[in-house]
Amino acid sequence: MTDSCKLRGSEWTLDDLVSIEHVCSRHAANYGLDTFPNQMEVITSEQMLDSYISSGLPVNYAHWSFGKHYLIENAKYRSGQNSLAYEIVINTNPCIAFLMEDNSLAMQALVIPHACFGHNSFSKGNYLFRQWTQPDAILDYMLFARNYIAECEERYGFDKVEQTLDALHALRDQGLDKYKRPSKLDSRKERAEQAKRLFVAQETMRQAEYYSVVPHAPEAAATAAAFPLNPEENLLYFLEKHAPRLEPWQRELARIVRKIAQYFYPQRQTQVMNEGWATFWHHRLINDMYDAGQIDQGILLECLHSHTNVIRQREYSGLNPYALGFAAWNEIKRVCESPTDEDREYLPGIAGKDWLETFHDTMHNYRDESFLLQFLTPKLVRDFKLMNIFTREGLDHWTVTETAGAASFKEIRSHLAAAYRLESSIPEISAVRYARDTDRKLVLHHQSYDGKMLMKAQAEQTLKQLRWLWGFDVSLETVDPGGQIIKTY
Amino acid sequence: MTSVIVDRRTQKGKSTANRQRLLKRLDGALRAQIGKLVARHKLQDAVPAEVTIDRKDATEPRLILDPASGSSGRIIPGNDKYRIGDKITNSSSEGQGRGNGQGAGDGDTDEDDTFRFVLSRTEYLSLLFDDLELPALIKKDLLEIDENRFRRGGVVRYGNPGSVCVTRTFKASIGRRLAAEAQHAEALEEAEAALIVARKTGDRVLMETAECALAEVSRRSGETPFLDPIDLRHRSLVEVQSPCTAAVMFCLMDVSSSMDETRKDLAKRFFMLLHLFLTRKYKKVDIVFIRHTDAAQEVDEETFFTGTQAGSTKVLSALAKMNEIIASRYPSTSYNIFGAQASDGDSFGGDSTESSAYLRSELLPLSRYFVYAEVGNNPLQGSTTLWSAYRAIESDRFNMASVNARNEVYPALAKLFHREP
Repeated sequence: MTDSCKLRGSEWTLDDLVSIEHVCSRHAANYGLDTFPNQMEVITSEQMLDSYISSGLPVNYAHWSFGKHYLIENAKYRSGQNSLAYEIVINTNPCIAFLMEDNSLAMQALVIPHACFGHNSFSKGNYLFRQWTQPDAILDYMLFARNYIAECEERYGFDKVEQTLDALHALRDQGLDKYKRPSKLDSRKERAEQAKRLFVAQETMRQAEYYSVVPHAPEAAATAAAFPLNPEENLLYFLEKHAPRLEPWQRELARIVRKIAQYFYPQRQTQVMNEGWATFWHHRLINDMYDAGQIDQGILLECLHSHTNVIRQREYSGLNPYALGFAAWNEIKRVCESPTDEDREYLPGIAGKDWLETFHDTMHNYRDESFLLQFLTPKLVRDFKLMNIFTREGLDHWTVTETAGAASFKEIRSHLAAAYRLESSIPEISAVRYARDTDRKLVLHHQSYDGKMLMKAQAEQTLKQLRWLWGFDVSLETVDPGGQIIKTY
Repeated sequence: MTSVIVDRRTQKGKSTANRQRLLKRLDGALRAQIGKLVARHKLQDAVPAEVTIDRKDATEPRLILDPASGSSGRIIPGNDKYRIGDKITNSSSEGQGRGNGQGAGDGDTDEDDTFRFVLSRTEYLSLLFDDLELPALIKKDLLEIDENRFRRGGVVRYGNPGSVCVTRTFKASIGRRLAAEAQHAEALEEAEAALIVARKTGDRVLMETAECALAEVSRRSGETPFLDPIDLRHRSLVEVQSPCTAAVMFCLMDVSSSMDETRKDLAKRFFMLLHLFLTRKYKKVDIVFIRHTDAAQEVDEETFFTGTQAGSTKVLSALAKMNEIIASRYPSTSYNIFGAQASDGDSFGGDSTESSAYLRSELLPLSRYFVYAEVGNNPLQGSTTLWSAYRAIESDRFNMASVNARNEVYPALAKLFHREP
């Protein structure tokens, strides 16, 4: 398509999508957006639901829970409770963007810059994605995982595999390395090393079995008393390496579940930034396309209409990450270009700087928590009319502690940033004691903050699953910040 | 940088494996519902109703924080009425909005307690068949609904690559090449002649064009493809409909007060299975519902299974009614007539023997098959008056069985199924 050719109407062809991508890539280059090559895939609504349940991964292993989530999403969609996403994008190389076939031409013109340039450049540039994910290898790894699990089902029976996966899924949130970078995914290496890993694991187990019955030197018990030396937060990793009763293939399954959970770790920490970034750029690129005469006014207006819906923030409800993110990025641009005295006071680092340079630097080096802590402006807090409310167990009401205003800006900023810490929604659980030489009991600690406890019924069910995996007794203790055990499950 | 576009819309059924595993997982819960489904489901409905599954049957526990415990803070947007220190009660809408979209876990806790979905025909029937303990072979037979057969239909130009007919394709290719080469030879001659003419004139421009034309023609003559898409020939299959005939199924049931819900449920399954069998075999199956106490009535399905009537029992009235309907609407020359009777076996006086005689002399000659099921735990079962009277009938078009439990429904019809080649 030449630049003079103009898209109009609502029908589109595959060629139109390629044209949009082409045109966008030229505009994006003006802003220095660095992206993976795009692979746009046109899918039906049914396939969109499929993508939902595997978080966008085009390949996944089979498990009943995915079937359940499909049915739930499907029912919500059919009853009109939820509309489907217009696109879903996954950080692979090439970057796969799923576009719904039901989208009008204008919607496609909106979602292509959003997904193929916004999200794509974010996942290529952001430090979390760079450090924690391997966009070149994930699809191969998923394929390996699917085939391996299918093979296990055949070899060890559906029921056994299902039960193992059920138990592992229950611990999915506790399968994250939060500080240590994961090793590179490589399905070929994975296959080669798998055999070796299993052999070593089995050997270790066998020795442990042997020493448990054969009398041996007492000093072994003394060294074993403190194991693990440091608490291990990654329970799935701990199970894979140390669970006394697991079959080798079950250890491999633990590894697969852990690797996949780990892959989504960056996504969960950059929701506001990532969506805001993509929204900022689709808004920008659409206007550029209109200015260059590549789309007509009808398409522009329809795009802006959808854009407005996307960034709508309801009063007195949850914060919309699109709205917050879009506003935050726009604020950065404003502070760079025309800072007020207030901005100079709170954001001296970026006031008056080159906005594009600041954008790239910010996108590369921050996650939601640090992003909000660093770049939230007093104006945004006022525009969003934010307030902070507080309650305590036993109270039947919330108390307003801060409202938008100069006096409480810093408090609101730190509360908001803290809300986007992963630890505020996922309990911190770690393995602290494993009595290797006696009854093989495993003790877990839940570190409680602000008096937060675990949901009792769910915790007990999860513990049951964990005991099954472990093969021996497992106890879970909630510990307050002072180190006192306040509850045992 | 190269970008690609892929049309994925043709790839379907990615979630099939997950669905199968889910159904297997929910097996117990679904089985518990099958009774309700049968009650709701009409005999002629193609797609069964929705099932509702309690989330408890498919929980995925996680370690999640209890939002009610400890102290919590929350950032709320859009505030233009509260000041610092104001109190907001938990019931007001402000308190209920989720903090920041990062709610607990996968939200299993705050949604409905149930989820609903529709079973496909196959899924529903296999559940039903398991419930009825149907033999595997029969199950497979009944689940197959495709009645059309394919027959070879000669050779056509278009088709899928799997059906290419190699010999015919090559024949077409030889023909095309012969024709093309002949044409090329002609063109070559013409071009050569033109060149000679041009040389005679001595005009350089004319000579050059003629030489170019000749070169072009000779280049082309070497380029006739060995195989060309237009040569392709495919074997074709045409769909032929198997000769279909119509059938009518008479459901006869005693609805006197002694027929309670359990018995009616058994009877329904009995009718259902026969109906499935018939729809498998015949394109068009009509159902006639006749209920009777001491007088017979033709009713709709709803009334048939749910309505009750007071009165004594007279089987003969129903048989006579069936005969009357056959005479008026379903001539036995154009319909395959099937009769299915369900009763608890009570009948009084001479009714049993009269009925038996009527059935043998009047109805059986008209019918393809007549089956009688004595349902429910009657203490006299196997020796009721109707049973003893029917036992005297000797015909390979007649069968009878006592059905006390769901797994006995099939044996009552087994003889019918086994006549199937």
